[in-house]
Amino acid sequence: MTEDKFKRDEDLFCPGHRACPGCGAALASKLVTEATGPQTILSMPTGCMEVTTTPYPESAWGVSWIHNIFENAASVAGGVETAYRAFDKRDKKGYMDHDDVNFVVMAGDGATFDIGIRSLSGMMERGHDVLYICYDNEAYMNTGIQRSSSTPIGAATTTSPAGEESLGEDIHKKDMPSIAAAHGLEYVATASVAYPEDFKNKVEKALEIEGPKYIQVFAPCPRGWRHDSRNSVEIARLAVQTGMYPIYEMEDGEITNVKEVKDRKPVEDYLKAQGRFKHLFEKDEGEEVIKDLQKIADVNAEELGIDK
Amino acid sequence: MEKMLTGYDAVAEAVKACNPDVIPAYPITPQTDIVEKISEMVADGELTSEYVRVDSEFNAASTALGASAAGARIFTATCSQGLKLMSEPLFSASGMRLPLVLGIANRSLSAPLSIWGDHTDTFAERDGGMIQFYAEDVQEAMDNIALAYRVAEDKEISLPALSCLDGFILTHVQEKVDAFTEKEIKEFLPERDPVHTLDPSDPTTMGAYARPEHWTETRYEVHKAVKRAKDKIGEAVEDFADIFDREYGLEHSGLVETYRSEDADVIIVALGSVCGTIRYVIDEYRDKGEKVGLVRPRVYRPFPKEELNKVLEDAEAIAVMEKDVSLGYQGGLAIDLKSSLYSNGTMIPVLNYIVGLAGRDVTKDNIRKVVEETKDVRGKDPRDVEEEERWEPLRDELLSGDKDD
Repeated sequence: MTEDKFKRDEDLFCPGHRACPGCGAALASKLVTEATGPQTILSMPTGCMEVTTTPYPESAWGVSWIHNIFENAASVAGGVETAYRAFDKRDKKGYMDHDDVNFVVMAGDGATFDIGIRSLSGMMERGHDVLYICYDNEAYMNTGIQRSSSTPIGAATTTSPAGEESLGEDIHKKDMPSIAAAHGLEYVATASVAYPEDFKNKVEKALEIEGPKYIQVFAPCPRGWRHDSRNSVEIARLAVQTGMYPIYEMEDGEITNVKEVKDRKPVEDYLKAQGRFKHLFEKDEGEEVIKDLQKIADVNAEELGIDK
Repeated sequence: MEKMLTGYDAVAEAVKACNPDVIPAYPITPQTDIVEKISEMVADGELTSEYVRVDSEFNAASTALGASAAGARIFTATCSQGLKLMSEPLFSASGMRLPLVLGIANRSLSAPLSIWGDHTDTFAERDGGMIQFYAEDVQEAMDNIALAYRVAEDKEISLPALSCLDGFILTHVQEKVDAFTEKEIKEFLPERDPVHTLDPSDPTTMGAYARPEHWTETRYEVHKAVKRAKDKIGEAVEDFADIFDREYGLEHSGLVETYRSEDADVIIVALGSVCGTIRYVIDEYRDKGEKVGLVRPRVYRPFPKEELNKVLEDAEAIAVMEKDVSLGYQGGLAIDLKSSLYSNGTMIPVLNYIVGLAGRDVTKDNIRKVVEETKDVRGKDPRDVEEEERWEPLRDELLSGDKDD
């Protein structure tokens, strides 16, 4: 094993936070800070990572960190970044140079795909030098597992439960990376906590680019997805290995690097590992949904060239 | 230097002199001209602020808040629906003790949609921990911007401040103004020296959530800071008078101005530009030998309780004329004033008039009628006076059924 180039003497995302065991978002947070280093101002909306890391008077963060409300982490970061541009221009004493600071957002899918999309769109359109990282756990976990526009079809959540007349979520997941890319972003990527080096390299690469960047990292939620906390990384890996959550880079709107998969597995392997899809295997009509999900994986594989 | 300026020009000139680092801007009538004027200053290189053309008032406030947290001086402007959209970040800006200065071109709130002015927009923000200044004329609209910066950025205050001027009535009217420059304002307004910043070399956590054992005290500190702003406004108004030779209620801590009220039996209490017309009517009454006066709060939050009690204690009857209403229960200013007077044992009858909503003119006749009705209750026990607010005027022919149904 080669030496970890991101290794640091101190944790910047510190032990003692209150995230659940096996929390994919907590793992993503640790990986993000390893990649950004201390010269970072992190803006975070209301959500799981916010409440589990900053119950006053405690904080798990070794980087400068700001939370305001649920739907404005992108514009708060844009404001911070603009202030540093002004400080540079005006030669203000007591502030680091704009180019020495990483301006980063880390937000859940609810805050990104849904309630905060205006702030995110505006920040990207205006070209703020901000890296926006969405930790995608495919529902509103902090409020108790309600569906978001990131929830995949077939998933049972507390507002899209399975039942006599329901097979869980019935609307397809929003394609947020393409929406980000449509803003003309130089760099968009998806990543997974199952591939930490890949994720950290993407964060590092993004930070070298001036302007807005978007990374969406797949982050399992044992509580919300109904799986054993020890299986988070395995499930994240299965999402990639089945083609359900392809990881790739988009540079200037073109797909450049796709993680290829040898002997792509059937989506059932991924679905069966999680309680949120359990009903699909218990009801006859569930088969159609599983077919739909397999089709999504097949289309991903074909369009992105996943199959090795 | 004396100039003919509209209200929006004057606010823009004041902003230029105060020289914010970051100005997020979004249009809304009748505020738009303020941010347009500022954008011209930036385009012409007269102002080096970072001017951010944001996507909504929501993100104007959010961008301003982020910049303020970083340590920047900021300005933005809005009104009406835009202020509603800013409300969520503004309430949390006070909790996070982040100074923000906003120009507000007061306008009514929907529905029905109206672009015309009243105070329903800023009164709806009353409980958010923001300082609220109200200008009577264009000069005061300009000067209040400097006062707002001085108080909002004071380390012991650190709160958002709304500098209000009546939409159209002040924003779009030209008056002769003695305009201060950046060089002149420096003596009055020091550079911002933030208590905390997000400097990565000294990492901090801002905006942590609080559990029940901490939340109340955090909010209580905001409450104290809003109240403390009374003294700070007093000091700022004194310094301002020394430097610029313009006085705003100097003898009442800069919080309240009076006009011919010292010996008045009947006193009208009102905010903002309508006071110009009220002064005219008061002069008419004075010419006839009738003792009518005006008390004009310059700030609504912090509420100038002691100052108002003092200047009103010898009146025999009071009329509050206000451009807002708390739907279902009277006008906000009257509610607060009655609480303030009666808890002090000052038992003077207060009539509450809801006037000038959504740009409806407040005429001299309206004011004369208010004075006549108020004269009728002079010296009465407040408990013997009809407490219900009066809408002056109300067009009965437009109402469904009887007015009092």
